[in-house]
Amino acid sequence: MNVPSFLAIDPLLDGDLLWTPLLIVLMKVLVVFVVGLVATMLMVWFERKAIAGMQNRIGPNKAGPFGLLQTLADGIKLFFKEDLLPEKADKFVFRLAPYLSFVPAFLAFAIIPLGGDFRDGNGGFVTWFGETTRVQLADPPVGVLFALAISSIAVYGIMLAGWSSGSKYPLLGSVRASAQMVSYEASLGLSLAAVILVCGTLSTSGIVDAQSSIGSWNLVATGVVPFLIFLVSATAELNRPPFDLVEAEQELVGGFNTEYSSIRFALFFLAEFMNTITMSAFIVTLFFGGPQPITIGDTTLDIPLIPNALEGTVWLLLKVLVFLYIYVWFRGTLPRFRYDQLMDLGWKFLIPASLGWFMLLAAQRLADDRGWDQWLVVPLSLAVIIIAFIMMQLAFRSSDRNREAEGVQF
Amino acid sequence: MELFVFVCAALMVLVGALGVVLRSNPVHAALSMILTLFGIAVLFVSREANFLAAVQVIVYAGAIVVLFLFVIMLLGVDRAEDLRTEPLGRIQRPLAVILGLGVFAVLTTAVVRARESFRFKGDGVQVANLQDPDGNIRQIARSIFGDYVVAFELTSVLLIVAVVGTVVLARRRKSDRTSA
Repeated sequence: MNVPSFLAIDPLLDGDLLWTPLLIVLMKVLVVFVVGLVATMLMVWFERKAIAGMQNRIGPNKAGPFGLLQTLADGIKLFFKEDLLPEKADKFVFRLAPYLSFVPAFLAFAIIPLGGDFRDGNGGFVTWFGETTRVQLADPPVGVLFALAISSIAVYGIMLAGWSSGSKYPLLGSVRASAQMVSYEASLGLSLAAVILVCGTLSTSGIVDAQSSIGSWNLVATGVVPFLIFLVSATAELNRPPFDLVEAEQELVGGFNTEYSSIRFALFFLAEFMNTITMSAFIVTLFFGGPQPITIGDTTLDIPLIPNALEGTVWLLLKVLVFLYIYVWFRGTLPRFRYDQLMDLGWKFLIPASLGWFMLLAAQRLADDRGWDQWLVVPLSLAVIIIAFIMMQLAFRSSDRNREAEGVQF
Repeated sequence: MELFVFVCAALMVLVGALGVVLRSNPVHAALSMILTLFGIAVLFVSREANFLAAVQVIVYAGAIVVLFLFVIMLLGVDRAEDLRTEPLGRIQRPLAVILGLGVFAVLTTAVVRARESFRFKGDGVQVANLQDPDGNIRQIARSIFGDYVVAFELTSVLLIVAVVGTVVLARRRKSDRTSA
């Protein structure tokens, strides 16, 4: 690999900044932005249509063919509504909060490999207008951490929206919502660490590059458990059903649902759906090989008539669609969690489980490096983890008993 | 280019730092602090320390300031007048000025002296290999889990002790409840 330039190890940005690379970068920015907006629009339509199907309804069918333009109509309606500013609101923060949740949603999309030719050791590079580049807006060497950083910034939008509304119910709702996001970020990061350990790199294109066939997809390579933990934590992080109690009718509503209206509300709404799409793409990138075609053994499923450079995008789209459908499916079928159940699941189960699995993978890798006997190391570490788990359960039980004895209710 | 980035980031840091001190609303002060932390992250990136920048944002902006905001919001000290209740004695302000000037002088001397002696002493600072995109992380890992592992582990023990101590202090015993 050549010398990393300012932020990206994209060969496009190496050397002097010329007009063609600059134009390509600008084009990429524009495409990512527009694709993000259009995808969000279609996602809202898709969700309403799919949910309607699951509930024996028809769903949106008036605006445009199959109701495709319903989201556009709703968007226009929201834009032209009166923009209310509560009297007790903190004016500056109230105006700032929607952007704090909207901008990170788009930033996270920038590091996802959106296509490119990863087969035959091409490393995902394509050639456009005589310039070699990646089909990815940016490929920072710390790509995965960048995504985590962005998702930790997204908390501020929700939190400040509730606080700046200037009354106590939005505040309580937003504190709960942000506590949920902060808690699940931990298990998100820990299950992600397993992927990093297996791939040995933090950059998203490197992670995709390492998953050249189904056997080396991180889903298999990390042993399924990190993927399941990641999926659950991502759902909670997105505040989507079954973890959407911040916007449940019977519960306190999440900060921005109470006082926000018009375009500011539209921005929050947009950010939520955009995050769903980004997270699905991120899951595909981390565990399902991103734009890599499906390869079993030596045979690669090849889509005829489409050049290899474009095929990656098609594969990515198909894989992401599966996850978008899964999220809608969750919403259609699963009952909502209670707040204490949510916190128990996050802190008492997902975080220890992801940590334990990470240790197991690390032990296995170490044994591999040192040439120790795998059949001895893996069962031994499993035994240690099981003992730790039992001890943890005992600790939980005794602390529960203590709390009951003292009559503390929390 | 490098100068431009530095000036922008330095402005972010300074404006944020002034905001933390001068804004009377604690939430605004906390937000200014995020601006400062971001400025520092930008400076890290411009020095090719990408990993440090990411960790800076994740840990400080993403976790610690969020906790600050939780405490500020839940304690209800987010009203401007509450801050003025603490009395500032007559001696306190002049003392603070003297102390501040003293610290400033010491730091300036240290920086100037370090500049003079930096090139001529020691083996030089070990830096990551820029050819390797993950060189940063490797270097940091070697320092934390190799050279300074004892200090690192002791710090983690310190944090655990702090957490346990907080829980013990905050816990209400049954005897307290019946008497109260």
